Amino acid sequence: MAQESGQQHPLSIYFWIWGLLFVLSFFSYMVDYMNFQGGVRWALILLFMFLKAGLIVSIFMHLAWERKALKVAILLPPLALLVLVLLMTYEADYTFATRIDFFGEGAPATPVHHP
Amino acid sequence: MSEAVLTDSGDVLPGGGDGVVADFSADKQTFQVPWGKAMMWFFLLSDTFIFGCFLTSYMTVRMSARDAWPVPSEVFALSFGGDPIPLILIAIMTFILISSSGTMALAVNMGYRGERKKAFWLMMATAAFGVMFVSMQAFEWTKLIVDEGVRLWSNPMGAAQFGATFFMITGFHGLHVSVGVIYLIVTGLRVRSGYYDRTRGNYEMVEITGLYWHFVDLVWVFIFAFFYLW
Repeated sequence: MAQESGQQHPLSIYFWIWGLLFVLSFFSYMVDYMNFQGGVRWALILLFMFLKAGLIVSIFMHLAWERKALKVAILLPPLALLVLVLLMTYEADYTFATRIDFFGEGAPATPVHHP
Repeated sequence: MSEAVLTDSGDVLPGGGDGVVADFSADKQTFQVPWGKAMMWFFLLSDTFIFGCFLTSYMTVRMSARDAWPVPSEVFALSFGGDPIPLILIAIMTFILISSSGTMALAVNMGYRGERKKAFWLMMATAAFGVMFVSMQAFEWTKLIVDEGVRLWSNPMGAAQFGATFFMITGFHGLHVSVGVIYLIVTGLRVRSGYYDRTRGNYEMVEITGLYWHFVDLVWVFIFAFFYLW
């Protein structure tokens, strides 16, 4: 069985991915530094996040070279979290609306004082 | 990977896409990897759910907070004499963790090549990056608690829930990094002493340790995106 001998790949692929992760992290930092707001900000954050996560899992953790049975067993179950996220979105909206109803509008953010 | 599976009875089952059915129904072990690796994957899967639930709770708490959420870009800004630079410490921590993932990937490769010395030193470099990361986190926490008065139950910048979620999520991640450093040192010392040549005859333990370490980096990618950037 090929897998029994372990994951052996040329070193160059690791250096490539390493470099890519640096570049993508720099881009995600730039999203904040350039002060993008609203939908563009969220889209860029998610894009760079998923690209980085994908590279780490597929190349560094070698999942790309595993058999499909293992890929399916690892990647499918976390999708259940999306259901939780959806449910909690409704819950949070409801809590927020109730709080506004009872307590009125909240205070705006206070600027941070840097000593 | 698309090679066929040979069952105990000598039947050859298809690989590739159809291999899923074959692997799960082949009257033998399902996952064609060493058991230690399969178990580490399942542990990481369970950890995914823990961090997933933390981040989902954070989302819920932040969405339902009445007071405005403190602006992370400002809260985590750091000034080196001049104007505060937004998120600079977190950016440095991110780069440190990515560097550590790179050295870890190389260590796994060197382990399989049987280059014990190189694998050992690369693992020590990874552990050193881990220690740097945790130290910077300790600095961050101190700054937040002592200088800016952030508590689990309140903070001067905005929504009170900020402290609880921040300390919970980054604390649990920092714990993972700390445990990972110990794990790396133990495995690294065994690599150097030739322990795996005597007991297993291969260096899959380095890859398993690497899986854990890369996962810690992976979790940071999500924390960085959702907590610091969002």
